[in-house]
Amino acid sequence: MPFVLFQILNGLTFAALLFLVASGFTLIFGLMRIVNLAHGAMYLMGGYTAYAAATWSGSFLLGLAAGAVAVAILGLAEQALLRFVHGAELRQVLLTLGLALMMNDAALVIFGGDTFTVPLPAMLQGPLEMFGMAYPRYRLFVLLVGVVVLVLLWLLMNRTRLGALIRAGVDDPETIEAMGINIRRIFIITFMLGMALAGIAGALGGAFLSLYPTADSEILVFSLAVVIIGGRGSLGGAAVGSVAVSMLSTFGQVWFPELAYFVIFGPMALLLAFRPLGLFGRAT
Amino acid sequence: MDRRKFLSSATSATGLAYFGDFERAFAQGTGPIKIGLLTPLTGVVAAGGKEIVEGFNLYWQQVGKKIGNREVQVLVEDDGSNPDVSLQKARKLTEQDKVHFLVGDLLANTGLAVAEYAKTSGIPYFIPVIAADDLTQRKRIPNVIRVAGYSASQMPRPLADYVFKKKGYRKVITISQDYTFGHEQCGGFCQVFTELGGSILAQHWNPLNTQDFSPYLAQIQSAKPDAVFAMETGADATRLIQQWNNFGLKAKIPMLGAQNATDQSVIRTLGAEAEGIISSAHFAEGNDNPATKKFVAEYETAFKHLPSIYGFSHYSCAAWLAAAIKTINGNVEDRPKFLDAVRKTVLTNSPLGRPVRLDDYGNPIYDVYIRNVVKRSDGHYWNVPIETYPGVSQFWTYKPEEYMKQPPYSRSFQGIKKS
Amino acid sequence: MNLSLHPLRAVIALALLCLVPVLLPGYQTTLATLTLIYTLLAMSVDILAGYAGRTPLCHGALFGVATYVVMYFVTTATGNPWLGALLGIAAAGVVALIFALLAVRTTGVYFLLLTLALGMIIWGVCQRWTSVTGGENGLRGTVRPEWLADPARFFYFVLAITALATFAMWRFVNSPFGLSLKGIRESESRMRSLGYNSAQHLIIAFVFSGLMAGLSGALYAWFNGFVSPSSVALAQSVKGLLIAIIGGIGTLFGSALGAIIIVLLENVVSSFTQRWSMVLGLLFVLAMIFTPEGLLGKLRQLTGRRRAAA
Repeated sequence: MPFVLFQILNGLTFAALLFLVASGFTLIFGLMRIVNLAHGAMYLMGGYTAYAAATWSGSFLLGLAAGAVAVAILGLAEQALLRFVHGAELRQVLLTLGLALMMNDAALVIFGGDTFTVPLPAMLQGPLEMFGMAYPRYRLFVLLVGVVVLVLLWLLMNRTRLGALIRAGVDDPETIEAMGINIRRIFIITFMLGMALAGIAGALGGAFLSLYPTADSEILVFSLAVVIIGGRGSLGGAAVGSVAVSMLSTFGQVWFPELAYFVIFGPMALLLAFRPLGLFGRAT
Repeated sequence: MDRRKFLSSATSATGLAYFGDFERAFAQGTGPIKIGLLTPLTGVVAAGGKEIVEGFNLYWQQVGKKIGNREVQVLVEDDGSNPDVSLQKARKLTEQDKVHFLVGDLLANTGLAVAEYAKTSGIPYFIPVIAADDLTQRKRIPNVIRVAGYSASQMPRPLADYVFKKKGYRKVITISQDYTFGHEQCGGFCQVFTELGGSILAQHWNPLNTQDFSPYLAQIQSAKPDAVFAMETGADATRLIQQWNNFGLKAKIPMLGAQNATDQSVIRTLGAEAEGIISSAHFAEGNDNPATKKFVAEYETAFKHLPSIYGFSHYSCAAWLAAAIKTINGNVEDRPKFLDAVRKTVLTNSPLGRPVRLDDYGNPIYDVYIRNVVKRSDGHYWNVPIETYPGVSQFWTYKPEEYMKQPPYSRSFQGIKKS
Repeated sequence: MNLSLHPLRAVIALALLCLVPVLLPGYQTTLATLTLIYTLLAMSVDILAGYAGRTPLCHGALFGVATYVVMYFVTTATGNPWLGALLGIAAAGVVALIFALLAVRTTGVYFLLLTLALGMIIWGVCQRWTSVTGGENGLRGTVRPEWLADPARFFYFVLAITALATFAMWRFVNSPFGLSLKGIRESESRMRSLGYNSAQHLIIAFVFSGLMAGLSGALYAWFNGFVSPSSVALAQSVKGLLIAIIGGIGTLFGSALGAIIIVLLENVVSSFTQRWSMVLGLLFVLAMIFTPEGLLGKLRQLTGRRRAAA
C-alpha cells in the first residue's frame, strides 16, 4: 500500500474522532453562543468513566454508554452554573475555563495519573490486512462511527422538528422565543447532546490515543481549530474542519515535524484574521 | 577566578549572610533533618511523580523516620511537570522552609532548572531520576550528585552490544521522543551499535505527547529493519506499544525498549502487547535476587502495585543518604563534609542486592541487566533479567577524558560511526 | 477626566511598599518582587481588556518572548543585560504589532480565540526551535546586572520600574487617546461615524499593551535567570487574565490586588494541598459568577464612586 494512502487513512480516522468531539462543541457554540472550554475535560471524564465501566463489566458498549451518560449529567451541572452568567459571552467562556481546571484536577484525584486505555472487544483488536498492508481494525471502526454519527446528526438537524428548531435558534434566537417556543428546553437538550458526543468521543479516543492528565487540553486545542475553521454551529463545517485539521496534523507531523502546532494554528489564525466566521459560519 | 565565578560566590555568600544562615552553616544542629522533595504530582507525569514520594517515604517509614537521634522530615512540593514551578518551589524549600538539601524531580528540564539554582545557592541537590548526561560530565556541578541515579546514555549501551552479538541484528531504526533524554539514550545506543559494525537505517524523532504514531509506523514498516529501538516515556510509551501491536508490527519486527518504555509505570496498564520487549537497566523488578524480591514484596504490600524506576530510585537514594549521614553523625549542616560523605559512601543495602558506588564524576556504576518483559503467574507483566553486564559506568569502555572531548549527544550528533 | 488616583494614596502605597524588604526579608522579598512583575503583566492585559474592550489570551506569549530574547541575548550571545532588556521589550512590541494587525477586525469571543491561537504559535516555536530556544530545556544563566544581585536591591529596582510603568499606563488610559479607546469599547460604530479610526486606535493600544507585557517579561528574565516554554504557554496568559479579572478589569490598579492574592494563594495553598489547580479553577468560577467586576471594581461600586461602565 503506498505510503500516502496509509497516511490518508490515518488522517481520516483521526478526523472521525475530531468530528465527534467538535460536533458537540460547535452545536453548543452555535446555538447557545458558549465557547465551552471545558469540552476537553468532558472528553477526558467520559473516557475515564468508560474505562472504569468497561474494565469492571467487561463490556465495551457498556463503557461507551457509561461515558456518554456520565458526561451528559456533568453537562447538566455545567449548564446550571452557566445560567448565572447568562448573556455575558466572555464571562461564560472564562467560567468554562475555570470549570475545565477543576475537572482536570478532579480527574487526577479520582483516577490517578496513570495512562489508561479503554479495553476493546476481541473483534476490534489487531490489524486488518488490506492491499498488502496491515491497518488497525479499530481505527476503521472509529471512522465508521464518525460517518454514522455524521449521518444521524444530519438527519436530526434536517429531518426533525427539533433539528429545525436548533437551526433556527442558531440563526435567530429571539424570533424563536417570540414564537412561543421554550428555547430553554432546546438549549438543555442540545447541551446534553453535545456533552454525550464528547463522552462517546472520550471513550472511543481512549481506546487508541489513551487517557492521561493532559489529554483534555490537547483535544480541546484541536476542537477549537476545527470549529473555528469550519464555522460556528455548522455540522458540515465541523466535518470539513475535522478533515482539514487532521490532515494538516498527520502530514505535518511527517513532513514538517519542526513546525508542529504552526501547521494547524497558522492556517487557523489566517482564516480568523480574514474570515472570522470560518468556512461555513454565518453572522447573526 | 574570573568575574562570573566571583560574582556568583559573592552572591551566595551575600545570600547566606542575608538569610542569616552564615553562622549556622558550620554548626551542628539538633533539630530535625529537613529534606525538600520536588516531584511532579500534577501534569503529564503525575503517576511517576506520586511513585517518587512512595518510594522515598517507604524507606524513612521503615527506619522509623530517624537517623541516629535526629528526626527526618520530608517536605514534598509539586513541581507541576513545569521547570518554572520547579524553580519556584526549590527557592521556597531552600529559602523559606530552610531544608538541608533537595532531592527529586522527574522531567529533565525541571531537574536542569533546579540544578542551576543549586549551583548559585550552594544547596546540595540529589537526583535519582534526572538523567541528563552532562550534569555528571562536561557541566558537572559539585553539589549536584546523582545518588542512586543513572545517566541517560549509560543504560542503552549494553543493549546495543547484546543485540549485535547475541541476536545478530545489523540494521536498526530508532524512534524516540525529541528531547535531550531521548537524544542521549539513542546516542548511547547508536554509538556502540555502529562502532561494532551495525548500521542505523533511520532515526525518527516524535514530539512529546505524540498521540498518533501511525506516520512513523508506516515508514518503519517499509524500511524493514532487523529491530526497532524505542525510547519513549509515559503515555507516549503506552501509545507506541499499543499502536505497534494494532498495526500488526509486533509480529513482524522485534522491539527493543529504553528502560522507560518497559518500566512498570507503563506496562502495568498494558497487557500482552508489552510481552517480549527487550530493554536494559540496572533494576529489574522480576529479578530473583533476594534483596530485590524483598523490596518488591514490601512495595507491593504497601502500595498495591509493582515498583517502577521512580519508586525504586528514590528508595535507594533515601537508603544511600541515610548511610552517608550516619557516617558524619547527622551533621548535615556542614555542607562540604556532608557532600564528601555522600560521594564516598558505598550503598550496600539497596534492593539491587549488590554494592553500588559513585564514580569520580558523581554518577553510580551499576551491573546492568538485559531484561525481557514476561508474564508473572498472577497475570501481571514484569521485567526479568536474561543477561548481566557487570560494572557499567556512564563512560562505558571509553576513557572519561577522551569521551568528554566528543560533543554531547543531540539530535545532530548521535555518535554514529560511518563505515 | 475621571482620575481615580489620589496622589496622596499613591505616595502612601509606595512608602508602604518600600518597607517590604525590611519587614519581610529573604524569601518574602523575592515573592514580593514576583508579585510586582505579575502586576505589570496583568495591567498590560487590562489595557486591552478593560479599556479597549478586547479580552486577549496571548499576553503570556508576549511576556515570554521578551524573557526568551533577554535570556538568549545575555547567555548565548553574551550581550549586555540592559541592551538585552531593551531588545526583549522591543521584540514583544513587534510581535504585538503582528498580532494586532491580524486581530484588529475581530471582537469578543473571536478575538479571544484568535489571540489564543497566536499565542500557541509562539509557544510551538519556542518549544521546537531547539537550537535557539533550547527547546524543552529552555535557557539558563545569570542575566541580572551585578549590582542588582542582592534581592532587596532588586526589589527596589523592580518597584521603581513598576511604579513608572504604572504611571505611564495610567496616563495612557486617561489621555484623550485613552478616552477615545473607551468610546470605541462602548460603541465602535458611533466612534467611526465621528471620524475616529478605530482600527488604528486598537493597534496602538495593542502595541502599547505588548510593550508593557514585554517589560514584565524582561524583568522576569532578570528575576528568574531561567526561561522555558512554560513561560510562554497558554497557562501564563490565563494567569495574567485571571489576576486582572480578580483585581478588576478596567481599574488598572486592581491588578496589584489580584497579583497579591494569586501569588500569596499559590504559595500558601501549596503547603497544605496539591490541589492548587482546583482552587484556581474555583476562583475563576466564583469570580465570574459573583464578582465579574473584580475586587477593586466591587470596592468602588460599594463606595459609590462612579466607575466607567464595563
